[in-house]
Amino acid sequence: MEFFSHKTKIDFMGLRKKAMIFSALLFAFSLISLVVNGLNFGLDFTGGMQFQIHYAEPVDFNKVRQELSHAGFDDAVVQAYGSAKDVLVKLKTQKQLTQQELTAKVLAVLDGAKLQRVEYIGPQTGKELVSNGILAILVALLGIMIYIALRFQYRFAISAVISLIHDPLLILGVFSFFQIEFDLVALAAVLTVIGFSLNDTIVVYDRVRENFCKIRKASPEEILNLSVNQTLSRTIMTSGLTFCVILTLFIFGGQMLHGFALAMMIGIVIGTYSSIYIAGALAIAFGLNRTHLLVADKKQIDSMP
Amino acid sequence: MNNYPLWKNLLLVGALLIGIIYAAPNLFGNDPSVQISATSTETQIPVATATQVVDKVKQLLQDAGVSYLGVEQAQEKLLIRFSDTDIQLRARDLIKVGLGENYTVALNLASRTPKWLTALGAYPMKLGLDLCGGVNFLLEVDTSALIKAREDGDVRSIGDTLRQAGIRYSGIERLRPQGLVIKFRDVDSLERANGELSHHFPNRADYLFAKIDSGGEYKLQLVLSEVAIFKVADYALEQTKNTLSNRVNELGVSEAIVQRQGINRISVDLPGIQDTARAKEIIGKTATLKFQMADVEHDAESAAISGDVPLGTKLYNYEGRRVLLKEQVILQGNAITYAAASNSQDGRPAVNVHLGGGGEGVFHRVTAENVGKPMAVVYVETKPEQHLVDGKLVTTNRLVEKVISVATIQSALGNNFEITGLGTQKYARDLALLLRSGALLAPVVVAAEVTVGPSAGKANINKGVLSVVIGFIIVVSFMMLYYRFFGAIANMALLLNLIFIVAILSLLEATLTLPGIAGIVLTLGTAVDSNVLIYERIREELRHGVSPQTSIFSGYERVFTTIVDSNVSNLIVAVVLFSLGSGAIKGFAVTLAIGLLTSMLTAIVFTRAVVNLVYGKRNVKKLSIGV
Repeated sequence: MEFFSHKTKIDFMGLRKKAMIFSALLFAFSLISLVVNGLNFGLDFTGGMQFQIHYAEPVDFNKVRQELSHAGFDDAVVQAYGSAKDVLVKLKTQKQLTQQELTAKVLAVLDGAKLQRVEYIGPQTGKELVSNGILAILVALLGIMIYIALRFQYRFAISAVISLIHDPLLILGVFSFFQIEFDLVALAAVLTVIGFSLNDTIVVYDRVRENFCKIRKASPEEILNLSVNQTLSRTIMTSGLTFCVILTLFIFGGQMLHGFALAMMIGIVIGTYSSIYIAGALAIAFGLNRTHLLVADKKQIDSMP
Repeated sequence: MNNYPLWKNLLLVGALLIGIIYAAPNLFGNDPSVQISATSTETQIPVATATQVVDKVKQLLQDAGVSYLGVEQAQEKLLIRFSDTDIQLRARDLIKVGLGENYTVALNLASRTPKWLTALGAYPMKLGLDLCGGVNFLLEVDTSALIKAREDGDVRSIGDTLRQAGIRYSGIERLRPQGLVIKFRDVDSLERANGELSHHFPNRADYLFAKIDSGGEYKLQLVLSEVAIFKVADYALEQTKNTLSNRVNELGVSEAIVQRQGINRISVDLPGIQDTARAKEIIGKTATLKFQMADVEHDAESAAISGDVPLGTKLYNYEGRRVLLKEQVILQGNAITYAAASNSQDGRPAVNVHLGGGGEGVFHRVTAENVGKPMAVVYVETKPEQHLVDGKLVTTNRLVEKVISVATIQSALGNNFEITGLGTQKYARDLALLLRSGALLAPVVVAAEVTVGPSAGKANINKGVLSVVIGFIIVVSFMMLYYRFFGAIANMALLLNLIFIVAILSLLEATLTLPGIAGIVLTLGTAVDSNVLIYERIREELRHGVSPQTSIFSGYERVFTTIVDSNVSNLIVAVVLFSLGSGAIKGFAVTLAIGLLTSMLTAIVFTRAVVNLVYGKRNVKKLSIGV
């Protein structure tokens, strides 16, 4: 059974200038959104207290807000949590009360509420997670860059890393534009996307290296085109399957994994696109040609198992 | 060509069996049960009395009409299984009241794994809090208080050293944020002091010395080096972790997890606990204990009135009167390994104390020198307060000290002694409890706290399992449709993958969290990737007219390095995620990493073995690979 003709000859590289402009626009757009809107940080990063409450009947949020406000919690944030009967109440850190007292007070105020989960994150902890998160992304990018430079060629490494910066930023841009809550699990998803986008990129690069070796008379554009076309069915297949699996998570996995699943789905789409276009096109832009790959190829043959 | 030698095939079958054995325990469920153990860490339930206890418990349950599934004895603990949580709770209360103080009665979820599996070391996976409900505390150790205590000790030590050498100094002061400065009247003393301390001060290796000779002031500055600070923090964290572990045992929570996290944090997981108030009370008790001598040479009341407290002492209140205590701490609370209420020889309430944590030498010496004089036990609690400073929320720790006991030293105290002169039995019991919990070395603040209700936990497990099952079905169906027989082989590899992941998680005693399950779901999608790579390559070769056998061979050979390359990049990400620290993310990183490794194994080695078995030495015209 075949989904795609195995003789696709889509001129990917021919469209690369348009693709670059498109990407640059998306990139800029995401950046602007991040600066202007900022990210809707979840509890893990902001600190404070969060109550997950279940009601027997669907509840009116305004009523909940009023009840809380009467009790003195004016800045409480009330939002839906999966269904009409589940509510998430967020409070900033209250000075004098312990978690016990606060929980008791909140529960007393909201009648019919059944407590599912309480979380308290101290302000220091939240800030640390933000800085650790940023550090993690940078370290991951660095590690990957070194690895690719070792396995392939430095031009590949640089283009790969640029495409890898492009992906998370676009994801963050989407989160920022729609003000979707960004919590620690979503951050994990962003990092995972970096890894998977790299997967695709490496598969393409591998084929490029092989083709440069096999085919004597062709321009870099043609080689890259060929490589992308050849790996197209695999790329779409894997991305598609992974997307379906994550969609399952999105639908059935519950509210806690929502941020994660969403980030991953966006990431897979963007990642596939970036592997095809950005990585390849940038390599050409940096002047990649045959000679660069011959030496590397020789190393590879020697290291076959 | 496409043939695996017999030993290789046998090896794979062996690996498969091992995988199944170690994954199997997860299929059996759990029984709500009650676990009984002896209260003190020192006395175990001896075998002789164990049967007595068993009989007593059985009697208690029978009398109340509470039915149980079975009684087991393992090591020094007794385990009683029940059919549901309501009965479990009733039984717990009954047994607790019936057995009394000397036994800890805890709620437990005992797995039903058959004995032959546990004998092999196969246990079910631990479930994280968001899957089984319970409480998690993230505690931050205030190492600055410790450093202060350390410097206080060193101040005295410096004073002693200088006095013995006959070097005069005009004062020793503390620096902010940390460090000591010794003032001298002339440069000669400064030089001599520098030399003396550099050679004879016991803790000289931990400090950086700096001479300051300017503006008529002669000062010697001592600042703790980075290494020393790190050692202090490290020691504090380790001690605190041990103390908390003891306290957690005191609570009677089995399967609690106390772990260090980062440089100054400790994470405490208490699964199954719903009474967070009590848990917090015992765990979160941010207190330290210290033993200090009372000052009998000066009158406490007059000092209080005049406001003139003698050097080296401090004023406290105790039972309505004033008392002066010498500042020197002669014993830290964490040296206590055992404490129990008892009756002293004259029949009055007392507390029996055993020491073991270190510092007994000094304690023995000081008490020997002070027989007949009163010694106080001071309870120090840290109350965190938050206020706004320049618009930012700042947490400061306020120290509250309370004298809980002043007793006369009867003789030189060694490893084993009694605190007598206590008022009532209840007072003795409370004191024993406090002493036993092992006072913390440094103040501890709750940095984060999560409470998950049991129903939320169950809901999460169901969601997780559902996602895995549906994801599995989607992938399996697709692979069958697209790659036919080879697809079936890939599906078998996928199943093996799942078995291996579960087995490895169980073996590692890693904790499964909800993000961890997400990691497993993700692995389902990516595990097929390796297979897809191989199969697409085989298809390509076939299209170019290469023979089936050779196609299979080059498919596997050529793709090997690509698979390794792409998986390594994901592993780098998994490692980075693991170091990010928080428990839930760690769970995800672990399942991701394990999933990657097992998928590499199953895709490359296992499927190849099966393909070889099926197509191996035969003359094949066509491959059922969907082309």
